[in-house]
Amino acid sequence: MFQAGIFEEFGTQYLISIVLVTLRVSLTAVGVATLISIVLAGVLGFREFPGKRAAVAVVNTGMGFPSVVVGLAVLLLLSNQGPIGGGFTLGIPGTTVAFDFGGVELLFTPTAMIISQVILATPVVTSVTLSAIEGVDDSIRDAAFAAGGTGVDVSVAVVREARYGVVTAVLAGFGRAVSEVGSVLIVGGNIAIATGGGARVSFTRTLTTAITVESRQGNYELGIALGVVLLVLALAVNALGSLVRDRGNTR
Amino acid sequence: MSDEQPRDWGATRRRLLQAAGAGSALVLAGCLGGDGGDEGENGTGDGSGNESGGGSSDTQSGGGAVGDGELVLATTTSTYDTGLLDALNPVFQDMYGITVRVISQGTGAAIETGRAGDADCILVHARNAEGQFISDGAGVNRRDVMFNDFVVVGPEDDPAGIDGMSSATEAFATIAEQEATFLSRGDDSGTNKKELIVWEEAGVEPSGSWYRESGQGMGDTLNQASQSGAYTLADRGTYLSQQDNIDLVIHVQGPLKDGPAILRNPYGVIPVNPAVHDNVNYQAAMAYVGFLTSPQGQSAIEEYTANGSQLFFPNALSEEPQFGQYVPQDWDGSTESMAAARFHHWVDTAVPEDF
Repeated sequence: MFQAGIFEEFGTQYLISIVLVTLRVSLTAVGVATLISIVLAGVLGFREFPGKRAAVAVVNTGMGFPSVVVGLAVLLLLSNQGPIGGGFTLGIPGTTVAFDFGGVELLFTPTAMIISQVILATPVVTSVTLSAIEGVDDSIRDAAFAAGGTGVDVSVAVVREARYGVVTAVLAGFGRAVSEVGSVLIVGGNIAIATGGGARVSFTRTLTTAITVESRQGNYELGIALGVVLLVLALAVNALGSLVRDRGNTR
Repeated sequence: MSDEQPRDWGATRRRLLQAAGAGSALVLAGCLGGDGGDEGENGTGDGSGNESGGGSSDTQSGGGAVGDGELVLATTTSTYDTGLLDALNPVFQDMYGITVRVISQGTGAAIETGRAGDADCILVHARNAEGQFISDGAGVNRRDVMFNDFVVVGPEDDPAGIDGMSSATEAFATIAEQEATFLSRGDDSGTNKKELIVWEEAGVEPSGSWYRESGQGMGDTLNQASQSGAYTLADRGTYLSQQDNIDLVIHVQGPLKDGPAILRNPYGVIPVNPAVHDNVNYQAAMAYVGFLTSPQGQSAIEEYTANGSQLFFPNALSEEPQFGQYVPQDWDGSTESMAAARFHHWVDTAVPEDF
C-alpha cells in the first residue's frame, strides 16, 4: 500500500518508542480502569441503594466525556498551580492542614497521561461491564444462592458468567484510550527527545499525537502510515481479546 | 521527586533500547518495507549515542548533575517544526547530561506554562509578552537568541494584488479592502500577536467572512491557507521548511530581504524565576541559556538549514553591550531615583530585620 520504507527517514527506533509509549500508557490505563470498574460495577450491579439510578446515569454520561475537557481538568490538577502539583491547605475550624505532595511534578509525564486515560476509560468499562452483569440470567444468581453461597459467592458466579461481556468492556475501554488524542496532547505535552543525528525517542508522544505533529507539518502520507500502525495495533489487541474471550467461553 | 523521575525515565529508556535491539516489533514488520533491517541497525547506533545521555544518571549519583538532570522547555511551534531544536538539543544533552523535554505550543501558551512553573525555561518570540513575563517577576535573565522575519504569503494568483508591496500595513489594508480571504492563527501565538499589531498599525479592525481564524499552529495554518487559497502571516522559518508541501508564495518580504521593519521576528530565551517557583530546574535553564548564547550554540543556529536556506540568524553575541535584552522593551532604568528605589527594595527584601 505504501512505498517501501516510508518510515526510513522517520526512524525505526523513534517509531518503536512511540508504539511502546502508546501501549504502556493505554494498557496501564485500561488495567487500572478495569480494577476500578469491577468494583464499581459490582456495587452498582449487586447492591440496592438510594441514588443508584443517578449513579448509573453519571457513569453512562461519563462514556461521552470530551477528552479535551478531561485533559484540561487533569492539567489544572497536576500543574504546579494546582492542588496536587502545588499542594493545598484545608481550613478546618481551629486549625489548618497543609497538604504538600512535595511537588510531585507529574505534568508532562506518561503518568499524567495514564491518569487522564483512566478517567476516560473507566466509565466505558464500567458501563459495558454493568450491562453484562445485568444481562446474566437470574437463575444463575438463584442457583448460586440456593447452593448456600454468600453474597460474594453469588457475585463471583455472576461475573464468571458475564466474562464474555467483561472482556468486551475491557476492549472497548482500550479502544477509547488508544484512539484518544485530546487529553494526552494537553497533559503529556507531546514530548519526543532528540538524541542527535536527527534521531528522536518518544517520551510522551503517542501514535495519535505523532499524527498531529506530522499533519501540521504537511507530511500527510506519514500521518496516514502512522494511522495504519495504530489500526494494526488496535486490531492485534482486539484479536488477543477475542482469543481470551473465546477460550473463556468454551470452558 | 528529583531522584525518582530520572531513574524512572532511565529505566524506560533502557526498556526502549532493549526492545529496539531485539527488533521485536512484530506489529510493525509489515509496514517497514525492505530497508527496515538496516534502519534498525542505524537505530541501535543512535541508541548507543543515547547511552552517553544515559551516563547522565551516573554523573547525577556522583552529584555532578545540574538540578534533576532534566529541562522542560516550553517553546513555540516554529522552533520545533523547523527541526532547529532537534539539531541543537542533542549537542546540549551531550555537553551537560541534561535531557531536554520540549513542549511546543504557541508563544502565549508557552508563556503561561512558564508562568505556572510547569516549565523551567521558555524560548518564544513576542517581545511585548516577554516584557510582561519579566515585569511580572515570572522570568529572569532574558537573552536575545536569534531572529528571522515574518512574510505575508498567499496564493500564487494573488487575488488582492499585494505582490511586491514594500509595506506590510499597506498590504493588510488592501487585503481588508478587497475582502480577500485571510487566515489568522487566532491562537495567541507570537505570529498571531504580530499579525494583530500589523492590523492595528494598518488602522483596520479585521472582521467579516473573509477573515478566518484557524486556532492552530503555523504548520496547520499554512496547510489550511494553501488548501483554501488564503493569505496569511507566517514566520519565514516555518514557511521555508514547509515550502515543498504548500502552494503559497511570498507576496510581501520581511526585513531580511529589504521588507518593512514591522515584520521583524526576534526570539528570546527566559528561565523561569526560581524565587517564584522553587521547583524549577533553574541551573539547567541557565545552562541552556548559556549554551544557546555561546559561540558554539550560535554557530549551530547559523549553520542550521532547511531546503537549502538558513532559517534563523543568531544575535546573542556582540562586542557592544546590549542592555535592552534583559529588560522589558519600555523599561527605563537609567534614572537616579529608580536606582535608589531598587536599592531600597533590595534592602527591604534581602537584609534581615535584626541585622
